[in-house]
Order: sequence, then structure tokens, then C-alpha cells
Amino acid sequence: MTLPKPDELNSILATDCGSTTTKAILIERRGGEYRLIVRGEAPTTVEAPFEDVTRGVLNAIMEVEELAGRKLLDGERILTPQKGNEGVDLYISTSSAGGGLQMMVSGVVKSMTGESAQRAALGAGAIVMDVIASNDGRLPHEKIKRIRQLRPDMILLSGGIDGGTTSHVAEMAELLAAADPKARLGAGYELPVIYAGNKDARSIVEERLASKTALVVTDNLRPVLERENLTPARDKIHDLFMEHVMAHAPGYKKLMTWSPVPIMPTPGAVGLIMETIARDEKINVLGVDIGGATTDVFSVFQGVFNRTVSANLGMSYSVSNVLAEAGLPNILRWVPFEISEPDLRNRIKNKMIRPTTIPQTLDELVIEQAIAREALRLAFDQHKMLAVGLKGVQQERTISDTFEQTGSGASLVRLDHLDLLVGSGGVLSHAPRRAQSALMMLDAFLPEHVTELAVDSIFMMPQLGVLSTVHPEAAKHVFEKDCLIRLGSSVAPVGPCKEGTVALRAALEYADGRKEEVSVPFGQLKLIPVPDGQTVNAVLRPDRGLDVGAGKGKERSVTLRGGIVGVILDARGRQPFVLPADRTQRIAKLAEWNEALDIYPVAVRS
Amino acid sequence: MAHSYTPGLKVARFTVVRRERKLPLAGTVLVTVGQTVEAETVVARTELPGNVQTVNAANILGVLPEDVPDCLIKPIGSHLKKGEAFAESRSFFGLFKSRCTAPVDSTLEIISTVTGQAILREPPIPVEVDAYVDGTVVEVHEGQGVTVETRGSFIQGIFGIGGETVGSLHICVDGPGDVLTEARIGEEVRGKILVGGSHVSTKVLRYAIQRGARAVVVGGFDDHDLREFLGYDLGVAITGSEEKGITLVVTEGFGEIPMAGRTFELLKQCEGKKASVSGATQIRAGVLRPEIVVPQAVAPGAGADGDGGGHAGLELGSVIRVIREPFFGRLGKVVALPPELMALETEAKVRVLEVDFGNGSKSILPRANVEMIES
Repeated sequence: MTLPKPDELNSILATDCGSTTTKAILIERRGGEYRLIVRGEAPTTVEAPFEDVTRGVLNAIMEVEELAGRKLLDGERILTPQKGNEGVDLYISTSSAGGGLQMMVSGVVKSMTGESAQRAALGAGAIVMDVIASNDGRLPHEKIKRIRQLRPDMILLSGGIDGGTTSHVAEMAELLAAADPKARLGAGYELPVIYAGNKDARSIVEERLASKTALVVTDNLRPVLERENLTPARDKIHDLFMEHVMAHAPGYKKLMTWSPVPIMPTPGAVGLIMETIARDEKINVLGVDIGGATTDVFSVFQGVFNRTVSANLGMSYSVSNVLAEAGLPNILRWVPFEISEPDLRNRIKNKMIRPTTIPQTLDELVIEQAIAREALRLAFDQHKMLAVGLKGVQQERTISDTFEQTGSGASLVRLDHLDLLVGSGGVLSHAPRRAQSALMMLDAFLPEHVTELAVDSIFMMPQLGVLSTVHPEAAKHVFEKDCLIRLGSSVAPVGPCKEGTVALRAALEYADGRKEEVSVPFGQLKLIPVPDGQTVNAVLRPDRGLDVGAGKGKERSVTLRGGIVGVILDARGRQPFVLPADRTQRIAKLAEWNEALDIYPVAVRS
Repeated sequence: MAHSYTPGLKVARFTVVRRERKLPLAGTVLVTVGQTVEAETVVARTELPGNVQTVNAANILGVLPEDVPDCLIKPIGSHLKKGEAFAESRSFFGLFKSRCTAPVDSTLEIISTVTGQAILREPPIPVEVDAYVDGTVVEVHEGQGVTVETRGSFIQGIFGIGGETVGSLHICVDGPGDVLTEARIGEEVRGKILVGGSHVSTKVLRYAIQRGARAVVVGGFDDHDLREFLGYDLGVAITGSEEKGITLVVTEGFGEIPMAGRTFELLKQCEGKKASVSGATQIRAGVLRPEIVVPQAVAPGAGADGDGGGHAGLELGSVIRVIREPFFGRLGKVVALPPELMALETEAKVRVLEVDFGNGSKSILPRANVEMIES
């Protein structure tokens, strides 16, 4: 298939091969804009007994054919280009099947080149299995043992600034050579290793590794201390993902011949979409995709993109690990009724061993959403730790910094600067009520001041991400019209206050000219219905100890965007956000918040 | 999705079981196609390269990295005993000597002239793979291992811990709903695979270890017992490498759940027979479930052959087991399969089925929350 010219592109078929489900969407140009027509899905077929990803892709496309009433396949071939009502002009795909792209990265100093390498790999859509560095506290033989134990798809080796020392880079290359690592998929091919470190050490690295691995050399990802240059390493990761990893996964060789556009790792594609939103709207964006096995967090703050993946935080395969990492009390704090600890533990484990089951009763749904809050919170904590400024950079200080100094490596994620929070993944995209998604995100991320909330309607950001590489306009149309569901906005004053004190007063002026004054006592939530597509002008007056973005006790005028949920005035407190320690009071508080947003169809038993 | 139900775990009275027995690295296959093997027969052997130790030779010798090769007193490739010197330097007119010695028995592999490190490799680690089940070698994977085939009864569990083991089956309880207690574990259990009913606790499991039992097969197990037994909270269901002195196979799930009647009856019919058991579980990517294989020439007892995999899909009259609250563990018969999506109590719209639990009680359930079992 050849890549059609953008103006000749009338129909696009896009698939995302996930670890359990393959999703297909059909996009068509209608009346000058691109729109989602239908979506189909089928179980992914990478594993036995099929061991051929294309079977699942064809099944998902067949469902699209049925739903759209159009012929897209000729036997096992996608009909291209579109002729009349048959076929499509372009087929594209992303994939995270078979465990996605698993990498090991290496740098000289863990918090400097090690972290830069980690960011490069994560940004390309990989799961980072380990970061090996000269100063990571492990003895050489322990590092070698670890390298041998892990069977990554690829290794990214970095280290040193250009012109700096070569001996540490050589040491890392020697450790790698001594470990003689093997690739995850099949022992029959050499493990791809990307070298993106000090250019002066290239010959040493080549000498050590060229005969043992499929070595590729690219530009240094940290040429000087003050600057990262991650793009060349990320591009190489994508190339090698196609050439080595995908080519060895069952059925992918065939799948690759169906599309003129390279298959992209799913999280890499989602990251592209996040970057596009942030760039086009000139805003700071935080996105999360919570799956069954992993949770990905993406952020773009001040134009800097970061992605992290929490490989063992998820809602089915990894649900038990959320319990292990968060601890039972943290999950229980979100459950507005009494439940015995052993019973809850058994329920969580039963979900782990039968991951495809769904909550049938309201209690079960509430428990799943409690777990989701903790999975999101933990994934976000991990993200904040990695999405930081460059460490080791010399800071210029002036006299004005005398009383307020920040070190290098401060987190780039500033909740008070966040403009848009986007949620995706089953538990958020498919929550029976959208207000449930909004409250889960508020509880997990605790956005501050004024933040807009949205969810991915049916999880199609991966397909749109890869589409944006060949037709940004089509991707944007579908993203705006069919993918992003605007839930509304939240207003959250920051600071301490006394329970019951009026924390926030808001003078609202609606689009129809109607005016209203509302006040929210501290510790409470209030929902203002503002439909999607409408805005409300608000003058926000926080209590004297609280800040809504203009300073403590200062008034702020803003335009708040509505949505399917509305505008949520969240006066429950930020820095700190505290749930009552007493069990009865906590349960009463949760019930009150649930009622304020009309979260559940009936009051959950208490 | 068309397949929004969980195929049941396999419970086969008589079937063919094939198991690949492969080495982690290339090695030697010790058996041939057609050869009869026992579970304990070693079928392939190899040696894993030894662990690597590094010695900062340049530092110890007080020389530049590029000068380290000149200080070697043993050539590259030499076998060294622990404490044996392989490099030395002299300083101050030869009065002071610095020596690099091997930290363990090893082979001198590489000297780096850039970092000045010496890399020493410990002796290889022998690795053997056994046949795991009594059967016949049906395929040899050159240099990697073999496929062993056997015929007999085969039961999959839902979750397990511990590796592979072999022993004769011993039924400890009267029925599938009985809890396995210490009182039911006598002297005779040494070297055996114990079959319990609905539940076992950590205390009883430890007692079984004391008595020398090799494995326990039981309907349910509590998560707090699992944590106590392992000593940590199991996060991701990848098991099989635990070395706790016993293998545990849970057939139904977490909590006190009677073992499925069919599973219990089949195990009872195999009592006294040699069984191969594995607790290895991996739910993500590949779906590996724990298992009990009982090789035998003919099907035990009466009844139809086949498995409970339910590959034909759900249909009216299918017998199912509920695998999630609120009816977790209950058996019933499918009496309706409405094609349209229906709203649950949660308001989620999903594919459902109507099930008759007997005694006239019927319920609507999500198809995703049932698994098929053979009638």
C-alpha cells in the first residue's frame, strides 16, 4: 500500500492491537471534515493457539464491516484504495500486544544520563525494566546478573556529555558485553542496542559490543549538561521496534506489509496526541491511560513532554499489585460502606485471577473505582518523580533567590498550572456515569485552581496518534468531535481552612445572561450544570487563606468551560486534602460528595 | 464482542497431554524419539555460563588501565583458584608488590585497557530438565529439549504457587465442601499429593509440609493466608518459582469455595495414582495455569471423555459457574441469551444471560462473569 496524498484521503481504517483486545475504527471524510464512523473490536491473537496478530485485526475489521455495512476486506486483504462504497484509502496501526516494547536503559550517572535515557525510552512508548548506571549502588557482578536475568527487547546505552570522560561509558559497555544479554522474543537474533552517549566513546562501544549485539549508534541524548536531545534516540527506538521487535512477533511481518505507515507502540502514539493538543492550544496537559496491566501518564508542561509507565499498576492483571503498593487502608478510604478486610482482599485476588470479569453490583463498582483512584494516584506519583528538570545543571542565582531557592531537578508537573486533565482506559472511558470519571480523576490527581477535565470516549487516542503523523488535520477533526468528551471544569481552592467556613464564593454569569451567586463551605463539593459547548463567566472569591490562582484570598475572573458533567466547585481542600480519620465520619463525607455530584443511581449502602 | 465469556478451566477425564521440556540455553538432549520416560528422567542437560566478577586491577596495582596487560602473571583464559594471583606490579625500586587475586574460583576472561577492570567468570552452572510426566518422547528439539506426550486425566487449577512435583494422589476429605484440617492429615501423606475440599489455611499447609506432603490441591485459599505463607503481598500473578516446601493448586478461587464436583470426583477416581503437579501460574500474556496430570492407560471411572473447556461457546442449556460476586461459585444452567445489551445495577450496559440456579431461582448475569463447565 502506498501513502495517498492528504487531499485524496477520504477513508481511514486504524487498528490498535492491545494485549487483550484489538480495536478498529473507521474514519471517513464527510462534508469537509473527518469523523469517526464505527468502531469494532475482537480478542487479540498474538498468543497461542493463533499466534498471529492479523487474525484479531481481521476479526475487528469484520466487525467494522458489519457495523458500517461496507466491504473493506477481500478475503484476508484490506481493499485499498477506496472504490465506491468498498475499501479504504489508508490502513494504519499501533500495537502494545505481547507486553509492548520492553527496554533496559543505561547511563553513567543515574540521576543525569540515566534519567535522560529513561525519559527517551519512555517517550518512545517503552516499558523501562531497569536503569543500570555506574552509581546505582549495585556491584558490577550484581549489574551483570540483572542484565542477564532481564530479557529486554532493546537496550539504550547512554552516558557522558560530548567531550567528557569515556572510561565510565566503556565500563558500562564492558558490563553489557560480559552479560551477553539475550533478546526476549526468540534466541535466534541479536539484541538491538542503541548507543546515544558521549560521541568520543563511540569507537570503544563499537569495539566492545558490535560483535555481540545489533549495535546502532546515534546522537548523544545529553550532549551538554544543560540540554537533552532525545529525538534521535527516540526515532532509533521506533525504527528498531519495527525492524527487530515487531518483525519477530507472531504475524507482525504480515501486518507491516498492510500499511505504508510504520506500526507505532501504542503509548508512543498516545503521547503524540497529547503533545499535539498542548502545542495547538498552548496549554499544559496531563493525560492518563489506565489499562488492565499498566497505567501510562503523559504530561506536557511548558512545552516539555514526559511520559511514564507504571508497568504493574492496572485494573485487572495488576489489580492485586495496586493493593500491595497502596495498602488496604488507602483503598478502603474511598469505600463509603463497611467491608471486611479479608473479604475485600479475596475479591481483589479473584479479579486478578479472572481479569475479564466486570462489576455486577453497585458495591463492586464502588470498590473497583476505589482501587482505580489509588492506581491513578500511585502512577501519578511515579510520573512526578521522573518528569523533572535536568539535574546537575548549574543554577544562576540572583539576590531575589536568597529566600527561595529551588534545586535542579524540580518536578515540571505543577498542578496549579495544569489546564487540561484527560483520562482514558476502561475504568475512566467506560464508567457508567461520566461524573464517576470526573470524581475519580479529581480524587487521584487533586488538580488545583482551575482545571478542565475530559475523557477519551472509546479509547481511540492511539489510532489518532499514528494518524497525526500522516494527516494531522484528520486526526484533529476526529479528536475534537468524536474522541474527547469534555466533562467540564473544576475549581479547587488551595490552602488550609476550617470545616464549614465558606471557602469559595462565585459570581456566575451564564451564556443566556442569567446571573447567580453560589458559595461552597470548606469540605464540600458543588456541581453547577453547564452543558458541553457552553461556558460560564465566573468571579471567584476564595476565603482569605485560600488561593484559586490569583494569590491567597484574591479574587479571580475566569471563563469556565462546561461539559457533560458541568462545573465542579471542589472546596474539599488542597495541600492538604484530608479525609476524616474517623470511619463513620469518613463514610458520611464520601456519601455527601457522591450525592453532590449524583455519582451513583441510588445511595450506596452504608 | 462475541466471546464475552470465560472459557472454563480444563477438567479432562482422559486426554492427550504434551509438554515441552526445554533448556534455558542450548545444551544436550539425552533421550530419543519413542523412548519411554518417567517423570524423574533427565531429558536434557546444559551448563549456564557462570556469574561474572570484576576486579579493578588498575586501581589495585596502581598503574594506568593501558598498562594492566603488562602486569598479568597469568594469561587470559587461565583457570584461577580463589585467592590465586593473576596480576602484580612492583613499585619503589621493586620493594613493594601489589597483587590482584581472584575473589572466587574462576576463569580470567577479559582485561579492559580503558577502565582497567579484570573480568573473571565463575565456573558454569549445570542445569538439568526432567520429563515432568511419565510418558513417551514424541519430538526432540535439537540442542534445546524434547516434547513428552502422555495420556491420562488432566485438571487445571485457577491459581497456584510452587514448582513442579510428583507424587501419588491422596484424598483427605469426604466431599468437595469439606475444609482440609490438620486432623485429616495423617502419617501416610509423606511424598503424596493431598486433595482437600473447599479450603486450606496457612497453618494446615505448614502442617502438611511437616508431614512431608508434596502438594495440596484445594478449592479455595484466603488472600491473607497467601500473604502469611509467602511472607509478602503477591502483586502480579506470576508464580511457580516459590520455594516453600510444597506446591499448592487452588481450583476455584480466593475464599472458602467448594471444589467443583466434577473435579473432586475425577481426583477421587485417580486416588493412589502417580500425578505430576505444577503450581506455576501466569495470567498475563500466555495464560499459564497450575495443573495436575495423572498418566494412565485407560479413562478412570465411567462418563464421557473430553474437557470442560467449553470451546463451543455459550448456548441454551450450557452449565456455567459464576466467577464473580454476588453469586460467586454457584452453578446454574443458561435459560436465556438475550442478544441486546442490558443495563446492570451499576447502569453499565453489557451482554447478559439468564441463569437458572435450580430450585426455581433465576438471575440475570453479565456473560463476562460466568465460565462454562461440562454438563
